[in-house]
Amino acid sequence: MRNIDVGCFGTLYIMKKINLILRGIAVAISLFAFISCDDNTDNPVPEPGQKGSLTIEFDNVVGDKNLVLNGPSNLNAVGEDFVITKFNYFISNIKLLRKDGTSHVVPQDSSYFLVMEDKKESQLVKLPNVPVGEYSGVEFMVGVDSLRNTLPVEKRTGVLDPGGSMEDGMYWAWNSGYIFMKLEGTSSKATSSNGKFYYHIGLFGGYDVKTVNNTRVVKLDFGTLKANVTTEKSPEVHLFADVQKVFNGPGTNVSIAAFNSIMSQQPVKSQEIANNYARMFSVDHIH
Amino acid sequence: MGIFNKGFLGLLAFAMLCCGKEKEPAPGPGTSGPTPLSWKKPAHFPDPVYDMTRNPLTEEGVELGRFLFYDGILSRTGQIGCGTCHQQVAAFTHHGHELSHGVDDLLGTRNSPSVQNMAWNPSFFWDGGVHDLDLVPFNPIENPVEMGETVKNVITKLQNTPLAGAKKPVDYPEMFKKAFGSEEINTERMMKALSQFMLTMISANSKYDYYVKGDASALNAQEKAGMVLFQSKCASCHTGELFTDYSFRNNGLVPMRINDEGRFAITADAADKHKFKVPSLRNVGLTAPYMHDGRYHSLQEVLNHYSDSVHQSETLDPLLIQSNGKPGIALMDSEKQSIIAFLNTLSDDQFSKEAKLSDPGVGTSF
Repeated sequence: MRNIDVGCFGTLYIMKKINLILRGIAVAISLFAFISCDDNTDNPVPEPGQKGSLTIEFDNVVGDKNLVLNGPSNLNAVGEDFVITKFNYFISNIKLLRKDGTSHVVPQDSSYFLVMEDKKESQLVKLPNVPVGEYSGVEFMVGVDSLRNTLPVEKRTGVLDPGGSMEDGMYWAWNSGYIFMKLEGTSSKATSSNGKFYYHIGLFGGYDVKTVNNTRVVKLDFGTLKANVTTEKSPEVHLFADVQKVFNGPGTNVSIAAFNSIMSQQPVKSQEIANNYARMFSVDHIH
Repeated sequence: MGIFNKGFLGLLAFAMLCCGKEKEPAPGPGTSGPTPLSWKKPAHFPDPVYDMTRNPLTEEGVELGRFLFYDGILSRTGQIGCGTCHQQVAAFTHHGHELSHGVDDLLGTRNSPSVQNMAWNPSFFWDGGVHDLDLVPFNPIENPVEMGETVKNVITKLQNTPLAGAKKPVDYPEMFKKAFGSEEINTERMMKALSQFMLTMISANSKYDYYVKGDASALNAQEKAGMVLFQSKCASCHTGELFTDYSFRNNGLVPMRINDEGRFAITADAADKHKFKVPSLRNVGLTAPYMHDGRYHSLQEVLNHYSDSVHQSETLDPLLIQSNGKPGIALMDSEKQSIIAFLNTLSDDQFSKEAKLSDPGVGTSF
């Protein structure tokens, strides 16, 4: 599970390059528009071949039970009770993997999703224009890559719009960057005045100085299962995201009594949580 | 680049004309698009950091930004606009306020910085937590003790103008249409309009500027002497025509009760503890009180700090340690008077009185 984010160094340089490339693309598009006066000037020319679609469901669970906000109490690995009141996270940079090592990369601009436990529709990540064929795995990032974290305001649309459709403030306005995961709840062990704990994990590696990078790339093999995309059949890959694993290892068990708040000021602790949430996903079934 | 951009824009415009979609109506008789506004860099300033090709300034865009800047509609209570804590007469700072009070008189933790020459800033706020002018307004709008609002809700409120009971009923959908071609109000347009206005907040017409541009009589003998002293004792950090190198430094202030660690909150690097951005000194004579927490009320107090009370700590800036090992800057009283005289030549009355930068009648100032 290696982090292959676009990098904390040379981001500005990359941005300048990308700007040049984007400008080039824009010129190409306007030329195309000039020549053809086509209606579909905003979209690049589609790849050849037949297309279908695929849905990834992010089903949040706690251990072997369905997660219910404000629902029954659970225990983490250090024996502390907890009730979850909020659970949101960004999924981005999705790749559908094939057995032969090739993959379908979801286009960057349509590859950012905010999964929210209190919004059922947000848990169904629908991927259109998927080339027909058999897929054997999926790769995605938890969080928002460093490049997108530094792009100008016009490139921050949809779930990335800090002032628009994005719900619940998944953006730090004072330390410009997206919050990758928000986990909040109550516990009898929390030392806060209201008995709550707040884990807001972000930090993309820094704009001009290096900070920790809590984006994580997750790769899941479907094993004996497969997702067969045809022009008629749109498979649904059902993933579990186990919120209990945000507390419980691999490396560190997080204690609510010791930490009722983990946000941007505790980079080491936030990295431990990021390492944990990188392991919270599993494939349940495909239909 | 410049030629390329013009070519690109022309091409794009031509492409749009050719395809003439309803959302971008072709200008007809009696109607026209926004009027381009030429943005001039003061000749002695460096090139700006902000990329204006991404957000070309127009008369209508700047005017919209000016209304948004002053309008309390940006806050939860309808009372606090940007101009509440960034008042023109004080070079867009909160004159007389060590710390600013936002919605419901809630106090902040830092002194309101000047909004001027924003086009040259590589980062914003005392800790440099925001790197793009277009992303700056989110911070005060969403800070619970400043405007206590969400940008999303501001957009909804703007869409519902003009409001019958408003101090001045402004029709924002109409203003957005004039600035951007349609009544749609979204994050990008709102932020770009605010940026357009802030990009016009250029201060480059002080007595010092006239001196730099060749009028030797613009400064008197004491001010000139102060300038020479300033260059040897202050300009290693307050460099260049913007009077800052935009770096983050610990200038030896004893931390106050809340122990504001400044830049450390952004980088989490222990070497950044208690470092704050070196502020521009343009209009410094108008922007008291001083320092990130407004602890000093006069330039005299500031210079006394540098000569007598620089606090030794692990992250103290090395430039504030003298060759004899003592912290601070060696300054005699007479030298301080000359430096203060020079600093006051950086006040730009045209800037602090310019009608185009003033409240169009929608603001509140406390």
